[in-house]
Amino acid sequence: MFDALRKLFGSEKESSKQIAARRLQLVLVHDRASVSPEIMDKLREEIIGVISKYMDINRENMDISLANGDNDNSVALVANIPVSRMKHGK
Amino acid sequence: MSENKKHAEIVVITSGKGGVGKTTTTANIGVGLAMRDMKVALIDTDTGLRNLDLLLGLENRIMYDLVDVTEGRVPYKKALVPHKKFRNLFLLPTSQVKDKSSVNPDALMKLCDEMRSEFDYILIDCPAGIEQGFQTAIAGADCAIVVTMPEISAVRDADKIIGELGRADKDNIKLIVNRIRPQMVEQGDMLDMKDINDILSITCIGQVPDDEKVVTSTNRGEPVIMTEDSLAGRAYKNIVRRILGEDVEFMDLHKDTFLRRIKRAFGMN
Repeated sequence: MFDALRKLFGSEKESSKQIAARRLQLVLVHDRASVSPEIMDKLREEIIGVISKYMDINRENMDISLANGDNDNSVALVANIPVSRMKHGK
Repeated sequence: MSENKKHAEIVVITSGKGGVGKTTTTANIGVGLAMRDMKVALIDTDTGLRNLDLLLGLENRIMYDLVDVTEGRVPYKKALVPHKKFRNLFLLPTSQVKDKSSVNPDALMKLCDEMRSEFDYILIDCPAGIEQGFQTAIAGADCAIVVTMPEISAVRDADKIIGELGRADKDNIKLIVNRIRPQMVEQGDMLDMKDINDILSITCIGQVPDDEKVVTSTNRGEPVIMTEDSLAGRAYKNIVRRILGEDVEFMDLHKDTFLRRIKRAFGMN
């Protein structure tokens, strides 16, 4: 019954307004930082390169992206990199 | 025309994207301020695409234009077109020539400084885009009003414009969200003022509903703020009051529909 109601009121799936807001947030972070996707890719590869020297990382589940910072209009580089194993010694 | 020395606030009205209602907004705020006994000059800087005269119903009264003034052919007072109804409202029309660089930032700044002592408000209608015309329009402004509408491309362009204004050290920026369709907002299919405000994070001084009266009043050359019974007209009146420093609550654009009451009862609104 409640499911039917929720469906009726459209809270079941993301509304087009929510999609618009989400897409805008994302594109504006990049606009504001003037960072192209190519540069992001390069940055990602170099970060992986550096970290891989010291740790084995799970590339599948990692995420490096720009996000809104704490202050208005500020940008943060957010990296979530799962570590599988430390590399010790040489 | 001379009375006590005034010190006009110079406001540029801009948007980045075309077609969001910059010129309509300029005409309505101009008329609104004049209705509140302010002495107002509207400067159209959209060179080659003259329209502010049409919205004000002054298209047949133009003798000289902005380029005639900045190039020194006539003093600005000679080019000003007084409004038919509001005698304290004046239009300085743009030129219909295509050469967009014909007015440069320095020339417009000089003109604004010259006009400042004669008016309470000088509103500059900015061309779309972020090229030379935009740079010229913002050069002499004390503050900016960015007009946007609830559409992703318009919001993105507004953000770009806000960035450009910041780079030009114009930090006093206000936002107007134009052409809101309350029913679509209600259905979750259109960004509302709050959403846009959250994204752009600048102070919002107005939300204007998409109102057929805007079209009919434009047809007549009488900005919608002159009509008594329109929602858009009321929204513009509120904007004018906020510009004059009054604290005005944002009006509820939504009708209290049955669906809305149910949603509220379920805590979904």
